[in-house]
Amino acid sequence: MAVLSAHAITKEFPGVRALDGVDFRLLPGEVHALLGENGAGKSTLIKVLTGVYGVEAGEIRLGDALVHFASPEQAQRAGVSTVYQEVNLMPNLSVAENIFLGRQPGSGARIRWSRIRARAHELLARLRLNIDVTRPLGGYSLAVQQLVAIARAIDISAQVLILDEPTSSLDQGEVARLFEVLRQLKQEGLAILFVTHFLGQVYEIADRITVLRNGKLVGEYLPAQLPEVELVRKMIGTELAALERVDEQTQRGLAAAEQQSPVLVASGLGRTRSIEPFDLTVRHGEVVGLAGLLGSGRTEVARLLFGADRADHGTLELDGTSVALRTPRDAADNGIAFCPENRRAEGLIPELTVRENIILALQASRGWSRPLSRRRQEELVRRYVELLRITPADPDLTAGTLSGGNQQKLLLARWLITEPRLLILDEPTRGIDIGAKAEIQRLVVSLSDGGMAVLFISAELEEVLRLSHRIAVLRDRKLVGELTNDERVDVDLVLQTIASGGATP
Amino acid sequence: MIAFTRHKLFWPVLALVLLLLGNLVFTPGFFNIKVLDGHLYGSLIDILRSAAPLALISAGMTLVIATGGIDLSVGSVLAICGALACLRISKQADQGAVGGVLLAILLAVALGVVLGAWNGMLTAGFGVQPIIATLILLVAGRGLAQLITSGQIITVRSPPYRKVGAGYFLGLPIPVLIAIGMVLITVLLTRRSALGMLIEAVGGNATASTLAGVRARRITFMVYVFSGLCAAIAGLMISSNVSSADGNNAGLFIELDAILAVVLGGTALSGGRFSLGGTVLGALIIQTLTTTIYTVGIPPETTLLFKAIVVTIVCLIQSPAFRAKVFQRRRRPVVVAGPAAVEPEKAPTGDRA
Repeated sequence: MAVLSAHAITKEFPGVRALDGVDFRLLPGEVHALLGENGAGKSTLIKVLTGVYGVEAGEIRLGDALVHFASPEQAQRAGVSTVYQEVNLMPNLSVAENIFLGRQPGSGARIRWSRIRARAHELLARLRLNIDVTRPLGGYSLAVQQLVAIARAIDISAQVLILDEPTSSLDQGEVARLFEVLRQLKQEGLAILFVTHFLGQVYEIADRITVLRNGKLVGEYLPAQLPEVELVRKMIGTELAALERVDEQTQRGLAAAEQQSPVLVASGLGRTRSIEPFDLTVRHGEVVGLAGLLGSGRTEVARLLFGADRADHGTLELDGTSVALRTPRDAADNGIAFCPENRRAEGLIPELTVRENIILALQASRGWSRPLSRRRQEELVRRYVELLRITPADPDLTAGTLSGGNQQKLLLARWLITEPRLLILDEPTRGIDIGAKAEIQRLVVSLSDGGMAVLFISAELEEVLRLSHRIAVLRDRKLVGELTNDERVDVDLVLQTIASGGATP
Repeated sequence: MIAFTRHKLFWPVLALVLLLLGNLVFTPGFFNIKVLDGHLYGSLIDILRSAAPLALISAGMTLVIATGGIDLSVGSVLAICGALACLRISKQADQGAVGGVLLAILLAVALGVVLGAWNGMLTAGFGVQPIIATLILLVAGRGLAQLITSGQIITVRSPPYRKVGAGYFLGLPIPVLIAIGMVLITVLLTRRSALGMLIEAVGGNATASTLAGVRARRITFMVYVFSGLCAAIAGLMISSNVSSADGNNAGLFIELDAILAVVLGGTALSGGRFSLGGTVLGALIIQTLTTTIYTVGIPPETTLLFKAIVVTIVCLIQSPAFRAKVFQRRRRPVVVAGPAAVEPEKAPTGDRA
């Protein structure tokens, strides 16, 4: 008998159907993993279950009773608690205060601190956590904060515990500890819903798996009956048959690229809690693709190679010279360009004009005292607006008014005028229309044909396969394999490499 | 006409002109300018002279605000630097010695730069929120000024020093010339080099700027240093004009007037695009208002209220949302009459995937 179940849930946002007739059930005494790529509807489902959102259609039952939670507080009182990825407790309050915030025991205005402390201590002991509960929560590690949040959640309601990506900021030891606690809680009869992007953890802890894709239920599975490669395929949704053969373009100049000298050689480069040390080589005129699921460390690799994050392990060589990239500026000065994944937050300066946005990187590298002449600016901007077909082709328009695809092209133009030797593209085609996407793909091909080295990151395996000479595969923040993109390589093989963690590619 | 009203400086100019014309109603000779001993005199010249320190501080504030920051410490920095200059001069055997006065001025300006660097270090170096970082010096700075003056008001009798704030050159007050010079240098420095664009880029999106290779932290540091420099010079003007340094009251609340001048001039507090010309207009509006209050003879107990009301009106006139609401009724029939006018202005469409 399910403790919490949802039937035919449909939830719409303006223009999007976030959940489409989704069924879900959670049994007592199990850890149930909810999986899916970004935008699959995991978060929406959780928010529907906990009363953050209402639904357009469908019903939610707690045990036998039909329920309509109007708020997370109501859900919590009924027995459904959620711990979010970003621990939403108060770091400046003590551990004990956090656990009892808003429900202090005592009569009237009087708070019985001794009782709060004793009770907090007792609750944490149940999670095998022995810490000073009078100290501010913010002084403890994220893992401890996570456990405190769990202690608070299960003290409020001991039926259903929902964990939204609880492990994304924990290291391995901390994850092991969290899992120990989860196993214990499970044995006490708690139903635990667990959202994660780390597949290894799913097989380690989950009793059952539900997969969502594009707002629809793909299915409910037992881990023992679902090999990892199948799971990955269900999440990404590529049918093997449909993708049997990739574009002919792939093999272009494969041999030629292999003979080129390396632009970038990373040896044992890594950053604690971000990406495990990896080796990576990118040659002149070569496109190297990074493949992996969301959160597998694709962006982390890019940021490390661009100096946006500082490496704490390993070395980096550019054209044979050892360099240390401490800032993006160092990387730019060394001829590395980076178009970040999050265009709006990390790329565009929306209120500056198209022209100013395009010349920004070049101007930054020249320094403020050597401005580009207005004529040179206009010449450069006109050339690249034409080359990349940025529309509207008005360089004095505010950049924020451009469409997503044109904003992406603008960021490409910003770096192309600096004539970099290595271009790092993080999800350059996400969220843009088909036409612009094809143009950007063609551009990548022609740039690499012209001798530029490109590191290409995309969640779409087809795209990575179509453009790359070689593919580096990432999983759980670790580079687990490298494939030369020849005839043998297809989506299936990449999926297998992801699934097996590189053990048997 | 429409292109004219759309110019970003149209509304501040309009506000200034209205204020000046209003004065003419109360004071018929308001626009008269007399020449006495080769010096220009008149209400307009008075406004310019009194506005000089504010305009200067506002210019520094403009760049700070353009990076998305704020500098609350300018009033205190002004008081500290004025106090140091006066202390130095008062210790001289001959207060009229030009060399000694120049040295005092140089020391005060250097101190302003150091104090600005302190603000810059806290904000750009250690990531302290600008409002908190500069609040430290706003509060502590008054104490520092007290320390320099030993709690007294230091008076100096130095003709060369008095020239800085009260002297004339080519018929014009020297502080006005200094302010014009400094603002011109700032305009040239920001608009003829790439500095202005880089400042706007940092204020528009600091993360993106850094990822484009802009040294955002260095630029942020520099604008606080510049703001400190401007405040120091303003401190010299004010203390020189009254030949004394008052650690408690010199430049009190000038940071608020400066912020107001920047905002009136059309620079958004959120950072990004800035307009130094607008800021100067803003400073003139505020000073004209202050002068008006005195000349019209508004009772002193209501001056602050009067100022607040006028500033509110000026801000409302500048607010596009307010104008849209107020003038909507009159425009609506036009919209209905011409079908072409129904076409709504195309909203910027962003990618939110």
